Amino acid sequence: MAEVPLSSAPKVEVIKQDQDREHALFLLREMLRIRRFEEKAAEVYTLGKIRGFLHLYIGEEAVAVGAMQALTANDRIVATYREHGQALARGISANSLMAEMYGKITGCSHGHGGSMHFFDISRRFYGGYAIVGGGLPVAVGLALADKLQHNEKTITACFFGDGAAAEGEFYESLNLAALWKLPVLFLCENNLYAMGTALDRAFAQTNICLKAQAQGIESESVDGMSILAVEAATHRAAEAVRSTGRPFLLELHTYRFRAHSMADPDLYRTKKEIAEWQVRDPIKVFEQHLRERGLLTDADLASLESAIAHELDEAVQFADSSPWEPVEDLTRDVCTPEAGKS
Amino acid sequence: MKKKVTYREAIRAALRQAMRDDSRVFLMGEDVGRYGGAFAVSLGLLQELGPERIRDAPLSESTFLGAGIGAALGGMRPIVEIMTINFSLLALDQIVNNAATLRHMSGGQLSVPLVVRMASGGGRQMAAQHSHSLEGWYAHIPGIKVLTPANVMDAAGMLIAALREPDPVFIFEHATLYPLEGEIEEKIAPADISKAAICRVGKDITLISYSASLLKALQAADSLAKDGIEAEVIDLRVLRPLDTATILASVSKTHRAVIVDEAWRTGSFAAEISAQIMEQAFDELDAPVSRVCSAEVPMPYAIHLETAALPQPDTIVTAVRNLM
Ligand SMILES: Cc1ncc(C[n+]2csc(CCOP(=O)(O)OP(=O)(O)O)c2C)c(N)n1
Ligand SMILES: [Mg+2]
Repeated sequence: MAEVPLSSAPKVEVIKQDQDREHALFLLREMLRIRRFEEKAAEVYTLGKIRGFLHLYIGEEAVAVGAMQALTANDRIVATYREHGQALARGISANSLMAEMYGKITGCSHGHGGSMHFFDISRRFYGGYAIVGGGLPVAVGLALADKLQHNEKTITACFFGDGAAAEGEFYESLNLAALWKLPVLFLCENNLYAMGTALDRAFAQTNICLKAQAQGIESESVDGMSILAVEAATHRAAEAVRSTGRPFLLELHTYRFRAHSMADPDLYRTKKEIAEWQVRDPIKVFEQHLRERGLLTDADLASLESAIAHELDEAVQFADSSPWEPVEDLTRDVCTPEAGKS
Repeated sequence: MKKKVTYREAIRAALRQAMRDDSRVFLMGEDVGRYGGAFAVSLGLLQELGPERIRDAPLSESTFLGAGIGAALGGMRPIVEIMTINFSLLALDQIVNNAATLRHMSGGQLSVPLVVRMASGGGRQMAAQHSHSLEGWYAHIPGIKVLTPANVMDAAGMLIAALREPDPVFIFEHATLYPLEGEIEEKIAPADISKAAICRVGKDITLISYSASLLKALQAADSLAKDGIEAEVIDLRVLRPLDTATILASVSKTHRAVIVDEAWRTGSFAAEISAQIMEQAFDELDAPVSRVCSAEVPMPYAIHLETAALPQPDTIVTAVRNLM
């Protein structure tokens, strides 16, 4: 069993910044949307309407929501197969995400990608990558394009897991971004497991910030269960990338409450460990924080929940009633049609 | 105005022209800058165009290929050079899982206008880790184009054409062809990359080949002609998408075909062509389709063994005679 490094995650001064209420409720709502979206996805999966792999983000919501607050509409995002949270937080509609998981043509990738491959170029969401580590080189290239085109204010945010840090592409990408001074914000979601392999069973050196330092990249370790800590750290990191044009790595300590995917019987960790982390549930902790300050009432929460339930019911209805892509179009998007040539 | 250049110089001229014409184009790869390219293709370009556009990359094939994909998505027109095809295997993840899939997987939202060049092939005593012909593996992948220039004009013109494509294009430059001489125009025009070419007209048999093997097929055709056998020789030029019409039209005329392919026979591109002929022109055949491929052995170093491993004009002649 992996030692839960509660102590290695920096203790965020139990959230003392004053947020204006509206923003606080927005953050809470975004996290709740992801939580409920994932629960709905799991439910629909058991009905057989979503197939293939389904990797839930429950427990990690503070990372996507907090990090997204520091990104502008021009920034670019590269994510993994566990990207529902990032996609929702980036503003891709629940309708098009649900439809994508159903495999419908109204999905954000026309049903070609499913749960692991969300794309929305209008939101500069360059995709969910399901080869572990495979998105990092692409993120480096996007940042290279921005540098070469003098898009000085644009950065590329690249999400990946702790498991990806064992891949060669991780070290190569960090090196290249540092060597060429490219504006990439590397966001390592350290949830302590790569499928069933605990961090300390995969790495001789478990501190991912140190790996970044070895590649010449500045880094910071963050409590990924605290929305305010993530938001503040990402603002600092993104600002550093924007102002220096150089990469930065944030290691976000988090935990997935659910199994790796719907196919995973979760045999490699104890119930006790999961329960210990659930005490730090990012949504519960933030709710508590807001209540203590009189910023959240039962009525507020009820109205958030009902709006979200409504949104998700609609998403399911939308996905259910959406059409399939005609089979005649099977190979249409393999190559760009003649008309698209420059 | 035409000028006489080598295959290597032709590619260099095309690189220079492309970069002068389009500020989005840049070259990136190992030792393309200060060293001048492992095969001296980009020699001098660093001095002309600067380190931003002639970009030396560390030994990270997978990552600089992936960075090429990202840069293409971000609005640039990158040309990635990989030293040799054997090293490209380290980048196969990015090629197969990203470059070739992103358009389809994104429901047509993305295009990856990336050009990748690399040297391939044997014949220089480079042994078993620098000599293989794996173009056929690449031709297996939907979502990319595969070009194999066998002459100086194509070496230059195909690069210019590739840069106009919205999707990834892979250009395989045979390492023995770099000193080959030929002519290019002062202003290089894009080559037609949709068609195979008939390099020699004949009526008795069709020799189908590409890249450096094409030159051996042409030599074989010369010696066959002395014995009154008129071989038609096709340069495939583009392995994906394959111009089957040209192949089928020729075979329908000659009724016999030999495919010459430097790759190993088993599971080869030659097998694909053979299957296409069988499926679409079976009734035209007067003899079984025959293949001349490399021996099923990692490329040996010793000259006599390497020569024996590769297709040669005399082995092609023998294959033809066996069909007549
Ligand atoms: C290159 C590669 N190897 C193996 C897998 C199978 N696989 C999918 S997810 C995963 C674990 C990745 O863990 P991590 O990067 O920590 O991300 P997490 O799932 O925890 O979010 C593995 C091994 C894969 N998709 N790609
Ligand atoms: Mg993990």
